[in-house]
Amino acid sequence: MAEEFFPNVNWDRMWEATLETLYMSAISVAATFVLGAILGLLLFLTSKGNIWENKPVNLVLSGFVNIFRSIPFIILIVLLIPFTKFIVGSMIGENAALPALIIGSAPFYARMVEIGLREIDKGVIEAAKSMGAKTTTIIWKVLLPESMPALVSGITVTAIALVSYTAMAGVIGAGGLGNLAYMEGFQRSRNDVTLMATIIILIIVFLIQFIGDFITRSLDKR
Amino acid sequence: MITIKKAKKIYPSKKGEVKAVDDVNLEVKEGEIFGVIGYSGAGKSTLIRMLNGLEIPTSGSVVVAGREVSRIKGAELRKARQEISMIFQHFNLLWSRTVAENIAFPLEIAGVPRAEREKRVKELISLVGLEGRGDAYPSQLSGGQKQRVGIARALANNPKVLLGDEATSALDPQTTDQILDLLVDINKRLGLTIVLITHEMHVIRKICHRVAVMEGGRIVETGPVLDVFKNPQQPITKRFVQQVTEPEETKETVDHLLTRYPHGRVVQLTFVGEGAEQPLITNLIREFPITVNIVQGKITQTQDGSYGTLFIHLDGEEGDLMRAIEYIGQHEVGVEVISHG
Repeated sequence: MAEEFFPNVNWDRMWEATLETLYMSAISVAATFVLGAILGLLLFLTSKGNIWENKPVNLVLSGFVNIFRSIPFIILIVLLIPFTKFIVGSMIGENAALPALIIGSAPFYARMVEIGLREIDKGVIEAAKSMGAKTTTIIWKVLLPESMPALVSGITVTAIALVSYTAMAGVIGAGGLGNLAYMEGFQRSRNDVTLMATIIILIIVFLIQFIGDFITRSLDKR
Repeated sequence: MITIKKAKKIYPSKKGEVKAVDDVNLEVKEGEIFGVIGYSGAGKSTLIRMLNGLEIPTSGSVVVAGREVSRIKGAELRKARQEISMIFQHFNLLWSRTVAENIAFPLEIAGVPRAEREKRVKELISLVGLEGRGDAYPSQLSGGQKQRVGIARALANNPKVLLGDEATSALDPQTTDQILDLLVDINKRLGLTIVLITHEMHVIRKICHRVAVMEGGRIVETGPVLDVFKNPQQPITKRFVQQVTEPEETKETVDHLLTRYPHGRVVQLTFVGEGAEQPLITNLIREFPITVNIVQGKITQTQDGSYGTLFIHLDGEEGDLMRAIEYIGQHEVGVEVISHG
């Protein structure tokens, strides 16, 4: 049945490519979550009226985030080639895609984190201060838990963007479903391969959305 | 317990300086419930935030429980804040935590071990009357219940001072009274000093021992609640006192009466403490050949005794009326003739 509709698909190769895509997405989502959260927290805390209010630092961070958020991903990969070679040692393979994926999406996520943190009731932060909480306590026990639904729904959106970034990175040579669809599907005019790769990517995206929505809903006690 | 000396808080603004708190001196005794009343923008929020170091005065000193809150910083200030807790108008609970976890939060901050924390949380939940609601989330509670959680949370570390920032202003009248009763109960049971700010005179008269009236960043009048009720000095104080002593539409009623009975006098009597318990009206009718018509009255309870106002209309011979009014004045009752008929 499957052979009939997808005569040119090499299923072992397809499965391998799927795992590569999942690997790139998972690592980059995890790294983006941590990096973006740190960056977002810094953006929030150094902004006006907050605990570490600091205009110069905020301006620098904000500028950095805006610049990296604005560069089209495909250009970012090319720009980062020397950096990637230095860090990973190669331009080929899944790991070579990671620096660009993380640097491309962390600033994007950082803005979402910042927005999530701004939605927290200022009174709650004041209450924690009035109880004698340290800043680290406020970060871990107030800011992060109180903004968690926003952080999770933000990382869901970012993860979906990352899956499509991996496909772009694949074209450059990072492997994964994007690479397969381009090399096997497009270059050799095997449309069934492209179609199958698309279907799998769609399934991954739907799953991420479903899981993300589920976690967001179960976290939100408001 | 609390001493504020020459405290000033000046904010720079585009239109020049804004004096939120202007040269305030204040003394609050241990175990006292002290109220600060004022309209919004009077500076009372800034003032109460100076007591736990959330606001640092531009000049002057604030000493609470032996610590100069206006000077200390860092770890010392955080330690002090565990002894000066605060409850808020909008409760400020963490929605991500259950009732029990919210109450445990200040204990976590203070580094209390888990087992002890759980025990203390149980005590506090029953102290504020929330048994069985420990696992509920704030969103599942009513306003009054949320404020009970706020109070339990504030009491967790056995503070010496409890600050109330408009703690009942977001509650309906019935719930307000329940929360105020709880505060009085805690004050009596734990000997806790309570300072609260409010714009409702009802709160002051119901639970406070002493009151300060704030206007434009200054304290314009201060004293025991009953004294302030008896003898308000400033126009703003008079307005606040009227909020609770005069039934609504008193002025309209009296005006109506004056036109309806052009003869005789409309008199406002004020009773304080025992004055309220004499059979004054009966004696008045027996002693003088006059008619007495009760127009309107209200008795108000404060922490230190009752305070009542009564509007009556007297009619009769001019000489008898004068003597009757003089007679009332001799009986520890305040008399004010509203207007001549």
